[in-house]
Order: sequence, then structure tokens, then C-alpha cells
Amino acid sequence: MAKQLYWENVEVGSEIPPLTKVATTRMLVKWAGAIGDFNPLHYDDGFAASQGVGKPIVHGQLKRAWLVQLLTDWIGEQGTLKKFSCQFRKVDYPQAMKTIIEPRDGEPWWCKGTVTKKYIKGEEHWIECEIWVENGKGEKTTPGSAAIILPSRGKDFY
Amino acid sequence: MLPEEVAKFIGKTGDITVMEVEKGAIRRYADAVGDFNPLYWDEEYAAKSRYGSIIAPPGFFGWPTRWSQWGPTYTNLREELMAALARAGYRRALDGGIDYEFFSPVRAGDILAASPKIIDIYQRETKTGTLIFTVTETTYTSQNGELVAKARQTLIYR
Repeated sequence: MAKQLYWENVEVGSEIPPLTKVATTRMLVKWAGAIGDFNPLHYDDGFAASQGVGKPIVHGQLKRAWLVQLLTDWIGEQGTLKKFSCQFRKVDYPQAMKTIIEPRDGEPWWCKGTVTKKYIKGEEHWIECEIWVENGKGEKTTPGSAAIILPSRGKDFY
Repeated sequence: MLPEEVAKFIGKTGDITVMEVEKGAIRRYADAVGDFNPLYWDEEYAAKSRYGSIIAPPGFFGWPTRWSQWGPTYTNLREELMAALARAGYRRALDGGIDYEFFSPVRAGDILAASPKIIDIYQRETKTGTLIFTVTETTYTSQNGELVAKARQTLIYR
């Protein structure tokens, strides 16, 4: 785990360390079982085609969970995620498998973000961020935002 | 204009679902996402953390103690709304996005009451046809009566 992030160590414009993910057909099976979303849109070729998305797509909520991890990894144990929002603007398709555990070659997805606001509310030190998932073509398929309370080093820091 | 039989769902609430937050379920969720944060996996580590025990990743609320045929992500209210939309000719659904407010952490062993309400339904005209958006707000309350989180999910029907 990275060392703890403090409010004093971020600025508006700071970049969140990017998180890379590969959505594989195997990951989608794990996700469906873990969250209880058994919608055939995500595993049945014929059904996905009938829904107008071409072939089975990555669960939007899995991409949401990636973005939550982007933030929780960065803010550390003392940081608190207070608000989170994302929209599923473009579908993503999972990578097929090459072996039992390895996907076929392909571009990974990137979860990224930047700090857009920094302020104090009473005793609390807040930041707001813009976040997104980018696919292998660099398209922002899943834009979003978040609000976080960070620990402060206190008045003695300066 | 929204079809009348769909518009009447605005403001409707659904049955409360009781969710159990189990350690194994947290691990399977974290594994599916690929998130190995020790707060979700390591009891000793989590016990020494500010949470005092294993916590669930933000956005994971456990599993219902009683399943509908659809699984944890559906309630009777959503089934009824989907049926009304299908009768009005809107048979294809996509997840539009989600918006969370987190008030307190969710710990392994917590029992949550998930209470859904349809807070908005609206339509948009696009080049490819009319889309209907539904927004369902689910309020999660813990066994202590504490408000834990609110989630507003948007679904897009066409």
C-alpha cells in the first residue's frame, strides 16, 4: 500500500496515480457472481446482439468498482470517500482468454483522475476530483467525479 | 410525454431488502475487481486499522437474506417498472450510471436494510429514438439504525 496521503500534499490539478485494469471474460464471470448481476447482456452472444450492443459488454458497475479502487488506493486508510458518481457513456467489451488465467493480447483500460477543488469545511479537509475510465483507444467510456475528506497534518505543518 | 403507466411509478417505494455483509462475499467482490486492499482481506491488519475490523469496499452492500428470482440487484419495484416499460415498447435496458453518498463504513457482520424509491423518470429524444431514464434511490441503514449510504442509479430504457 502507498503511504498515507495528506490534504497538504495535493493541489488543484494534482493527478491521481493511474490504475490499469483488464476486463476479461473471466473477470466478468467473477463479477457477476460477486455482485449478483446475472443479466445475459454480459455473457450471452445472442441476447447481447438482440439488445443492440453487438456482443456481451463489460458491466458498468465493474467499471464503477475500478474507479472506487482508483480513489481508495490513493487516499489510503485515513482518507474517506464521501461522494462518488459515474456515468456509463460508452460500452466496453471484455478481452477473451488465452489460457485459464491469461487474457489474449490487447490494450488495457486506464482509470485516471485529477483534483478539481480543495477546501476546508469546519474541521474537515475536502478535495473533489474528476475521474474516468479510458479504454485501449483512449476514449473516456466512464466519466465521473468524487468528493473526499483527507487527513490533515494540522496547523503545525507550516 | 411519458406513458401514463410508466409515469405513475414516480415516487413509488419498494420492499425493504435485508442485506448481510459477509467476509467471504467481501473477498469475492474484491477478488473480482482485483483489489487486494488488506482492509478487505486481512483480519489482523483490519483489526489494527481505524475501522477495527474487515470493511466492505465503498459501493458493496452485501447480499440479500432472501433472493428474488433476479438476484440482489433487483427488487419487486424494479420488476414492476420494467414490465410497465416493456408494455409501453421499451424492452432494452442499459445501466446509465450511479451516484453515491457514503455516511459511514460498512463492516463485515453488518446487517443493512436497503430501501428503494423511484425518485425520477424522464424521457429524452435522440437521433435513434426516445430514451426513458429511471432514477432509483436506495437508502442503506445499519442494524444500529444509522444511515450508512445512499445510492441513486440511473437506468436507460429504449
